[in-house]
Amino acid sequence: MSVWRACVFALLLPACAAAAHGADFDYRLQPRALTTDTWVVEGATADFSPANGGDIANSAFIVTGAGVVVIDTGPSRAYGEQLRAAIARITAEPVVAVYNTHHHPDHMLGNQAFADVPVYALPGTRAAADEVGATLAGNLYRLVGTAMRGTEAYPPSASVAAGESVLGRHRLRLLALRGHTAADLALFDVDTGTLFTGLVFNRRTPATPDADPAAWRASLLELQALAPRWLVPAAGPPVADAQAQAVLAHDLDYLDWLVGHFEAAAARGADMAELLDAPLPERFADLALLRAEYRRSVSHLYPRIERAALARTRAPE
Amino acid sequence: MRAPRGVLAAALLLPATLACAAPAPDPLRSTQWPAMQHALLHDEPVVFDARVEVLLPPGAEDSLQVPVAARWPALADVRRVLAFVDFNPIPRVLEYRPHRAGPFLGFRVRVQQATPIRVAVQTGDGVWHVGGAWVDAAGGGCTLPPAHRATLADADLGRVEARRWPLHDGGQRLKLRIEHPNDTGLVAGIPAFFVERLSVYDEAGAELAVLDTFEPLAENPVLTLEPAAAGPLVVRGRDNAGNAIAARVD
Repeated sequence: MSVWRACVFALLLPACAAAAHGADFDYRLQPRALTTDTWVVEGATADFSPANGGDIANSAFIVTGAGVVVIDTGPSRAYGEQLRAAIARITAEPVVAVYNTHHHPDHMLGNQAFADVPVYALPGTRAAADEVGATLAGNLYRLVGTAMRGTEAYPPSASVAAGESVLGRHRLRLLALRGHTAADLALFDVDTGTLFTGLVFNRRTPATPDADPAAWRASLLELQALAPRWLVPAAGPPVADAQAQAVLAHDLDYLDWLVGHFEAAAARGADMAELLDAPLPERFADLALLRAEYRRSVSHLYPRIERAALARTRAPE
Repeated sequence: MRAPRGVLAAALLLPATLACAAPAPDPLRSTQWPAMQHALLHDEPVVFDARVEVLLPPGAEDSLQVPVAARWPALADVRRVLAFVDFNPIPRVLEYRPHRAGPFLGFRVRVQQATPIRVAVQTGDGVWHVGGAWVDAAGGGCTLPPAHRATLADADLGRVEARRWPLHDGGQRLKLRIEHPNDTGLVAGIPAFFVERLSVYDEAGAELAVLDTFEPLAENPVLTLEPAAAGPLVVRGRDNAGNAIAARVD
């Protein structure tokens, strides 16, 4: 931060203190009916910013007839509370279960608003949330600012495993996947054919801070085989049928390209910094944040691939 | 009244003369620049020069490992290359002397906060040619414990992994990775422990390039440089505790 900006901040401090007693950031959440009993709240396909309050991921809920199931809770306490209020405007059924698809902050920092109901996640997600949840929340304060006010890391409170269960009118199949993170939960509503997943990105570049590309690839293939009627991705608009297959294939294409591109660069001795401005294929131009996420991926993925291209040395005579 | 011609000319020239004498303003507008210029460049002549191209990301995804590369192909008679980070508690990253090496250097650095990262190339006339850019960062890179130190076995300390790639001009690119925590000394209870010298030799023993490296160089340093010689290379160096680093790159 420049000194100039620091001065402006200092001048604004009393105003900030006053705002702390004022209204929360208004996310203007608008649940959209996707299919029977199923609602999606779409985030922006953008990076974290004060303007979007960190709302860059999708959340969703199913009104099952035996209570509401919530999938992902957004980036902040305020988001979680506003999501819960939006649900209450649509149905009188209580929220009975919350699922976190993975441990990234834009998917679970609204958990605080659901502290009175079980918040389910895969064991790997719980471990990651316990380990880095507070750090991720702190980083989001830095990127998003006041919309985060009152947000604390609230890790999932109960573990789930792969399997199928029935809730009201809906059979829900849980899939234990990985690749976007070390533990990625997907929910497949067998009755509506709707797939909720945190490891698919539509019109947004896949983010790789915790990625295992090979495992991610296998997970995407598994989701393709489900042939979902509806797909609710981590970010970007929900899609149906053939479009859902196309989105899955596009993510696969991007990950394959990314790894192949890094392997080829490592084989010719490219230095990490030289990759930052590498040309990116035109076919990925539809993905938001392409250059920014690609550059982040250079940091996430290249060091390991680059090291594999080096050889052990021996001592000189 | 008509002023004598010589006086008028002198008056006209005066602002230009002053402009030449005054140091060029820092294009990165860093409050630390005067201190850097004094402490690291010893107030020697400086030009901000686009011929020193510094590649780095706009934001640090990992404050412990910010990738930086510099190229200076249009500068001749290069004596020294200095890399530094304005707002780091320890700004100096490395000093490179490419006796017989091409105009490229790649490395990774820790950053403590948003800061300019600069590379200054000194030519034979004593002038420092400076390039660089800001990197945004969440911070803490210099004062966070290293990521892998707890798992580093003594036998692995100083281990070198490397590879050579021939270049069209007859030289070659050398990339090496040295297993070393490269501790800054700024983390409570962990003393400074870092690689401080690396030399690259050809097979006949001629020194091609020398690197003095300092605390902010990232853990397990990865360095890319371009020795102007063909054939196998030998790397020799040491850390600040006197541990030797030695490797033959076939």
